[in-house]
Amino acid sequence: MDSPVALHRFHFAFTITYHYLFPQLTMGLALIIFYWKTCAWRAASSDPARAAHLDQTARFWLKIFALNFVMGVVTGIPMEFQFGTNWSKFSEAAGGVIGQTLAMEGMYSFFLESTFLGILLYGEARFSRFVHWLASLGVFLGSWLSGFFIIATDAWMQHPVGYKTDEQGKIILDSFAALLLNPWTFWQYLHNMIGAVVTASFVVASIGAYYLLAGKHEAFGRTFLGTGVVTGFVASILMVYPTGDGQGVMIAQHQPITLAAMEGHFETGTAAPMAILGQPDVNAGRLDNPFTIPGVLSMMTYKRWSAEVRGLNSFPRDQWPDQIPLLFYSFHIMVGLGTIFIAVMTAAAFLLWRGKLFHLRPMLWIHMLLLPFPYIANTAGWMTAELGRQPWLIYGLMRTADGASMQVSSGNTMFTLLGFMGIYLVLGVLFLFLVHREIEHGPGVTATGGH
Amino acid sequence: METLWFMIVAVMIAVYVVLDGFDLGSGFVSAFVARTPGERRAVIRAIGPYWDGNEVWLLAAGGVLFFAFPKLYASSFAGFYLPLMIVLWLLILRGIAIEFGSHVSNPLWRNFWDAGFAFASILLTVFYGAALGNVVRGVPLDKDGIFFLPLWTDFSTSGQLGVLDWYTILIGVLAAATLALHGALWVNYRVVGSLQERTAGFARKVAIVVILLTAVVTSITFQVQPMAAASLTARPWSFLFPALTLAGLAMVAVYLRRQGGQLRAFLGSCLFIAGMLTSAANSVYPFVLPARPNAQWGLTISNSSTSAYGLSIALYWWAPALALTAAYFVFLFSRFRGKIEVVEAD
Repeated sequence: MDSPVALHRFHFAFTITYHYLFPQLTMGLALIIFYWKTCAWRAASSDPARAAHLDQTARFWLKIFALNFVMGVVTGIPMEFQFGTNWSKFSEAAGGVIGQTLAMEGMYSFFLESTFLGILLYGEARFSRFVHWLASLGVFLGSWLSGFFIIATDAWMQHPVGYKTDEQGKIILDSFAALLLNPWTFWQYLHNMIGAVVTASFVVASIGAYYLLAGKHEAFGRTFLGTGVVTGFVASILMVYPTGDGQGVMIAQHQPITLAAMEGHFETGTAAPMAILGQPDVNAGRLDNPFTIPGVLSMMTYKRWSAEVRGLNSFPRDQWPDQIPLLFYSFHIMVGLGTIFIAVMTAAAFLLWRGKLFHLRPMLWIHMLLLPFPYIANTAGWMTAELGRQPWLIYGLMRTADGASMQVSSGNTMFTLLGFMGIYLVLGVLFLFLVHREIEHGPGVTATGGH
Repeated sequence: METLWFMIVAVMIAVYVVLDGFDLGSGFVSAFVARTPGERRAVIRAIGPYWDGNEVWLLAAGGVLFFAFPKLYASSFAGFYLPLMIVLWLLILRGIAIEFGSHVSNPLWRNFWDAGFAFASILLTVFYGAALGNVVRGVPLDKDGIFFLPLWTDFSTSGQLGVLDWYTILIGVLAAATLALHGALWVNYRVVGSLQERTAGFARKVAIVVILLTAVVTSITFQVQPMAAASLTARPWSFLFPALTLAGLAMVAVYLRRQGGQLRAFLGSCLFIAGMLTSAANSVYPFVLPARPNAQWGLTISNSSTSAYGLSIALYWWAPALALTAAYFVFLFSRFRGKIEVVEAD
């Protein structure tokens, strides 16, 4: 733990994990708010009462959105800085490539997002319904573009394309089109963005269920829960197929070692089993206490029950990810939760269709208590992607150990890591306090003074 | 091509300082001019819809610097590790103070966040100035282009260097005064009533400090960084940049006294800041991070930039993005125009 590289890794891992708690809600919520604003616009002339209700629903969630957005902004700036401060050798070598997508994120999405968010938050009285609707579209597009550029950056680190190495060993851009059209980006982007919709759907449904259980703001509770269940049902299924499946095939094709490590698959074999449970024992090279289904891993990766899947033991040890148990658990937690989400949302969608969802208290309890789990699933998914890439920082090109800033000593990294932990703890407490106030106050008249 | 991107980065940084500079500078108004909670809220409302978009210029300029000059980004960010982390923490405090401060009407809560806003804003101006001072003075780069600076050593510009020495602190003070003036001119333009009158009075006092400090700092800079004078004589057209500075200062001095000159005084301050930053960039060019004591190890536009292909292809996405951004800002600033009145106990 006191090795400089390990500290730099934990520094980045901690700050990015914390940061991503906020964008995963805002990106998903931007879509749902846009949906409500669209419905409100369409209902404006035919059913003014419904339009007013939907506008008020959007206004309430915009307040939650704004709190999350601020947290995302203030915890996001340190991410861009850390490429230079903590990963300077990586930045020097590959900045000419990944800097392109990061700069494009700033220029194309953050300006769009921040401008229209200003109009969305402070401009409802000042602007026409059309401009306000347009602003919700702008915020949605801005946040989803931002996601695209970040995924394009990460996809290049997972599967570098469109580059060449110059005579000084620097990695330089060779094809801008290849960088943006990286095949890895496609599935990872969809999988990640739909993951954000899952989080937003579960959060919206959870607050709706809470209102119904507590017997307050019930009209809004029904709208929240109804919308959350519909979007959550669709998104939970899309998570597995086709996006999760597409992502899995990419990993099997380009990162076979990662796939073996994710599954705790040590021995090469045909009709490879999928592990539902187990504990990887890296020293002994086997999966302890396994509970497996034969052939499924072969089927899922190569679409043939009998296909051969290479095990970890057939690869050189120095190419194995360095945190195999953590990788295994992350992957399995993600998949397990994803399965539960589909089951719950299918049942809820059925109950909604039958008109029973809003009165069935056990189901409302389940929805309310599920709130933290999409966050856990999204985090576990990212841990799978990033731990699975190890020991590479840029897959096959640069090892993580060769990318850190060696001029920054462990003591300095530890100091700023502890600083971030303390600050983020305080921020988290403040955030929960303010979100709690908004939820308790409910969608009625505004709880806050605003600007 | 490297020179073009050097100019783009310099201009983007200047735009960031001009825009976020008035947000930061309004922290001085909040601390030293506003007297009541309502007045302090009015100051925050004067920057409310803009500050977040303004801060994006920092990310955008940082991103462009990253891909165009990766070696510079890597070397300077790691070398300035500690001060940059402090800047990050102050930016967090500033953003949270603006956004969370208005959520609870308890006076203690508001006073606390108003103080946090002023504290973070004021310290940020000093740090930004010190950062610029470091770039102009030069840093102890080794032959691999690596350095690591402690926060301070013996405050001298020779021997073992630190981030803070007498010269960089002096630049920090100039930056603080400049942005205090800039923020005051913005608030002066945006608010009405007694707060506006007192802010104008504050701006007049600060303007005198800025004029004096600018004269002192300019003459000292020619001593600390000999390249500064050489750059001007080598490229006589670059006297344009200091000329911008003087024109901006003159505009501030003239319009600050005139009725209805608030907007022009603020624009003069924008010109002054842009002139100062471009003068600084010009003074070290073609270096982007000069080295001392071994000047030959300094980072230049050519030894720190990315490939020619990367630089030229990026122009194709950068130019349309800039046009879009300009459109957003024109829209935002024109739509949220009206004057702000002080409201107590909202």
